[in-house]
Amino acid sequence: MAAEHAAVAHDPNIGCTGLDHRKLGMWAFLGSECMFFGSLIGTYLAYKGKSINGPGPHEILNIPLTSLSAFVLLMSSLLMVLALAAVQRNDMKWGKIWLLMTALFGAGFVGFQIYEFTHFVHLGLTLRTNLFGSTFFVLTGFHGAHVTGGVIWLLSLWVLALRGRLGAQDSLKVEICGLYWHFVDIVWIAIFTLIYLIP
Amino acid sequence: MRKSLLSRIPTALLLLAVALLLSSCGWSMWDSPMTTVRPKSGFGRITHEIFMLMSWWTLGIGIAVEAGLLWVCFRYRERPGAPIPKQVHGHTLLEVSWTIVFALILLIFLIPTIPAIFKTQEAPAATALRVDVGGRQWWWEFKYPDLKVVTANELHLPAGQTVAFNLHAPDVIHSFWTPQLGGKRDVVPGRVNRITLAPDEPGEYPGQCAEYCGMSHANMRFRVIVHTKADFEQWVAAQQRPPVQPTDPLAQTGQDLFSRSACVGCHTIAGISGGVLGPNLTHFGSRKTLGANLMANTPENLAKWIENPGHMKPGVLMPDLGMRGEQPKALAAYLLSLK
Amino acid sequence: MVTHAAYMPGTKVSAGSVLWSWITTVDHKRIGQLYGVSAFFFFLVGGIEALIMRLQLAQPDGTLVGAQRFNELFTMHGTTMVFLAIMPMSAAFFNYMIPLLIGARDVAFPRLNALSYWVFFSGALLLHLSFLVGAVPDGGWFGYANLTSAQFSPTQSIDFWMLGLQVLGISSLMAGFNFIVTIINMRAPGMTLMRMPLFVWMSFVVQFLVVLAFPVITVALILLMFDRFFGTLFYAPAGGADPLLWQHLFWIFGHPEVYILILPAMGIVSEVLPTFSRKPLFGAPVVIYSGIMIGLLGFGVWSHHMFSVGMGPVADSAFSIATMLIAVPTGVKILNWIGTLWGGRIQFSSALYFSLGFIAMFTLGGLSGVMHASPPVDLQQTDSYFIVAHFHYVLFGGSIFGLFSGVYYWWPKMFGKLLDERQGKVHFWLMMIGFNVTFFPMHFLGLIGMPRRIYTYAPDLGWGFWNMVSTLGGFVIALSFLVFIWNVIATTRSGAPAPADPWDGRTLEWTIPSPPPVYNFATEPVVHARDDFWVEKHGDGHGTPPRKASPAAQVDTASIHMPPPSYWPILLAGALFVMFSGALVSIYQVVGGGLLTFYCMIRFMLEYHHGKDMGPDVGPAAGGHH
Repeated sequence: MAAEHAAVAHDPNIGCTGLDHRKLGMWAFLGSECMFFGSLIGTYLAYKGKSINGPGPHEILNIPLTSLSAFVLLMSSLLMVLALAAVQRNDMKWGKIWLLMTALFGAGFVGFQIYEFTHFVHLGLTLRTNLFGSTFFVLTGFHGAHVTGGVIWLLSLWVLALRGRLGAQDSLKVEICGLYWHFVDIVWIAIFTLIYLIP
Repeated sequence: MRKSLLSRIPTALLLLAVALLLSSCGWSMWDSPMTTVRPKSGFGRITHEIFMLMSWWTLGIGIAVEAGLLWVCFRYRERPGAPIPKQVHGHTLLEVSWTIVFALILLIFLIPTIPAIFKTQEAPAATALRVDVGGRQWWWEFKYPDLKVVTANELHLPAGQTVAFNLHAPDVIHSFWTPQLGGKRDVVPGRVNRITLAPDEPGEYPGQCAEYCGMSHANMRFRVIVHTKADFEQWVAAQQRPPVQPTDPLAQTGQDLFSRSACVGCHTIAGISGGVLGPNLTHFGSRKTLGANLMANTPENLAKWIENPGHMKPGVLMPDLGMRGEQPKALAAYLLSLK
Repeated sequence: MVTHAAYMPGTKVSAGSVLWSWITTVDHKRIGQLYGVSAFFFFLVGGIEALIMRLQLAQPDGTLVGAQRFNELFTMHGTTMVFLAIMPMSAAFFNYMIPLLIGARDVAFPRLNALSYWVFFSGALLLHLSFLVGAVPDGGWFGYANLTSAQFSPTQSIDFWMLGLQVLGISSLMAGFNFIVTIINMRAPGMTLMRMPLFVWMSFVVQFLVVLAFPVITVALILLMFDRFFGTLFYAPAGGADPLLWQHLFWIFGHPEVYILILPAMGIVSEVLPTFSRKPLFGAPVVIYSGIMIGLLGFGVWSHHMFSVGMGPVADSAFSIATMLIAVPTGVKILNWIGTLWGGRIQFSSALYFSLGFIAMFTLGGLSGVMHASPPVDLQQTDSYFIVAHFHYVLFGGSIFGLFSGVYYWWPKMFGKLLDERQGKVHFWLMMIGFNVTFFPMHFLGLIGMPRRIYTYAPDLGWGFWNMVSTLGGFVIALSFLVFIWNVIATTRSGAPAPADPWDGRTLEWTIPSPPPVYNFATEPVVHARDDFWVEKHGDGHGTPPRKASPAAQVDTASIHMPPPSYWPILLAGALFVMFSGALVSIYQVVGGGLLTFYCMIRFMLEYHHGKDMGPDVGPAAGGHH
């Protein structure tokens, strides 16, 4: 007990459970994000098949291409794991590489999405075309915005590392970014399955 | 000082509460035109029975809890020099017991509730009178598709017959509520809601929109007039006849003015115009009120309405058509002649 | 690391830096006071809105205010009372009391805490700017689609409402994350979860409700925003959409929201009753589990707000059963509170009066609530004054009375002054009488057919008498508030100073001075039982004797390191305000505000990030620096 108190006394971020506040806080945030995406996904499902006119999913979704982009995002999670491991062992050379690559893969996914969105508009599906347009763009758009936020976060960590301001003592910050990144990835798995794979 | 403050005011409050409660008994208040506790239909009666069951139980529980609270306060108030009381932490058996008691009481409420839900939402018999209700900002359209009758704001029904209402909303969500005849059902755009009622006896029952729907929600009222079977058939026959040709010269001026004005764009008078944005006026003269049960259907009120509808009903969608001087009076005379 | 001189205990501060110290504070106690003052201010605003409505409705065919103005009044009254009065008043207590009750020096994320307040402030400001531009929200506090669509609400009034609520939601969410981490991770040694005070427990459940329910209304509002600004079809029947989507999303948030509104008051009552009965809360674990059950079940009953929309008999039945079920833990709590008083040695302080009032009034509101749980009965009661009576009994008779109990109970601790007990009792009786005279007749009005949200009514319906009575009651409530305000002013000026433990309390906050020093506890308390302070003073009555008070520990309090103040919270909140309000002005303001927000976020997050090759942040148990 006393030894724990001593540990607490030295790091103000570790609490009485032995966990870091910031890690707990990220988990609480991810809980709220589950409800956020759950509501958007629920809306999509409620309106599935109810569009009055306009292109529907079967006509317009490009499953092979989106599978590729999903794979890219999944791989980025692996890269994230490697980035965290590198930072934890203070190997900042590889830490920087993996952080940058995670960000690039994430940016690649967003790039795919931008292409997909503009292509759909070209084919006649916009936000206002029909219920499919409204629900699809808002759901995948907000997911893409979350990925973009994550990319910016990763690049910020990368820049800090470049300036020598990120090291093993900051591994928790990388770990929290990782939690967020993996979550965004898992949400995509759910979205991809429900929108693209299930007829 | 504190002792007398303590003992006097609660007693006074208790008396006030009792007075309030007693005041609710035996008052003619309960016979108000829009009362929910004098049901005049089967639907209303089913509801009322459950309501009374729940009312007696909740009254009893309420009195028991409040009395218990008051008693405990008096009995265990601090007396000078008393020691620290026994530090009781709880009593498992008591907790279990009163949890079970609550669950049982709720079961007593659920047992009549569930069947009533299903009974009141049963599909109506094929012999039911069908009425299509259109709830729009801020008036009510009533169509009888099998009888080929279209009217507005006054709903005529025969006593003793089941009526199957189909509720449509071309604009926003409204709610169709005639308290004396039963509960309400919302009118939702994009779907057809149903409610089935059978009024017991002739009478007049006011109703009102019960879902906030914009500026004049408070003015979206209607009136249900229940006839004997014979009188209802007479009313239907009158509604099915073509509109009366006016004989009075002022009314004739009005008819002429009507057919040349923008009125025809929104209103239907059979044989003269076919507008559907506003109420059907073919037998407008037979209605007791205007503006959706807002005021009596008199020549003065009608002329004022025609001259400046927005003044009588804030936000109303009927514009001021610039009718002035003798024009509103002529139109009023014409419309009132359409019995 | 900057440590302002103002923050070193014992240092004198100049008048000029006082405002700056409030703007940059990250001290949970001050943030709590900011919330409290704001909440009280908006409670008065909402109250005035109510009085105007009551004056309009006192007579049939009233002409005091017109339809548009009345519709704005009931919309703003509801929105203000829920989001700007009750929630921030609860937040005032979460902020001030939770760290004290768990033996901590601050919350887990002090700057995030300050940010929550300033974002709340921005949201309140955004909502009320609508008055300045004459586009006051008028869609009702739950803004049903599709009345709120661009087609049927073409002015910016709904935009103000929508954007204001989004900002307020962000504030609540951040506070939710903060308190969840604080309660899990910053309890004093020996304070297991089951030894936590009841107010902390109820607040803990509330934070989970916030974190899980607010995202749903966030989505509902986003969909509305997209419909209004970008022409999507989420709530557009013409496009095949179902306006009921809004109702489902709103009430999936809305029902947990009402538990968010009531549970803190229940927590306060669960602290006040034991203190003034001089015995423990009866069945404390049961009350805790009931609170958890209410939180969990609260997510399963939302469609009882929709019994009239035509969901069909199966859905109606399911939600009816679930709603009746939730009455069980609620009723159990009431009996446990009475059990606490039973066998006690009751001291009738003002705080206790308000808690007793809570029990009495909440019971009535709960009973009318049980009636609504039966759909056939509810079809006559919903959207009528019967339901207006119900929710005022639980929200005013419940939440407000409970919160005032907390005010009287914890005032000496927070301000170091005792409120006058006699005036407190006058306040109580006036409020009790006024409240019942205002709201009890509304049960009658509902039963005789008066719908809600109507600005006037016909004279031949028999509604005039009780409406007049209700209006008179409203002014008695207003009078009671004047008594309270006078009490505050008079005792602040010349009231008796409060000792550390004026009530012979049971929990940790009474072990420290009134008001507490900035670091709260000079040494970290060690907890051995629930109501540890009481057990220390009096023994537990079951064999454990009182503990000898340990000699005043020789702690160099000047060396206790507290998180320094920061201006990034208010700046970031300001940037968010610019971005959100930009939606009402121009895309350039949105983009500009967005960039500003991004910049402020980076600065906020890196404020305590070390420079090149520096070691980790150090400091004694002062909570995180983030």
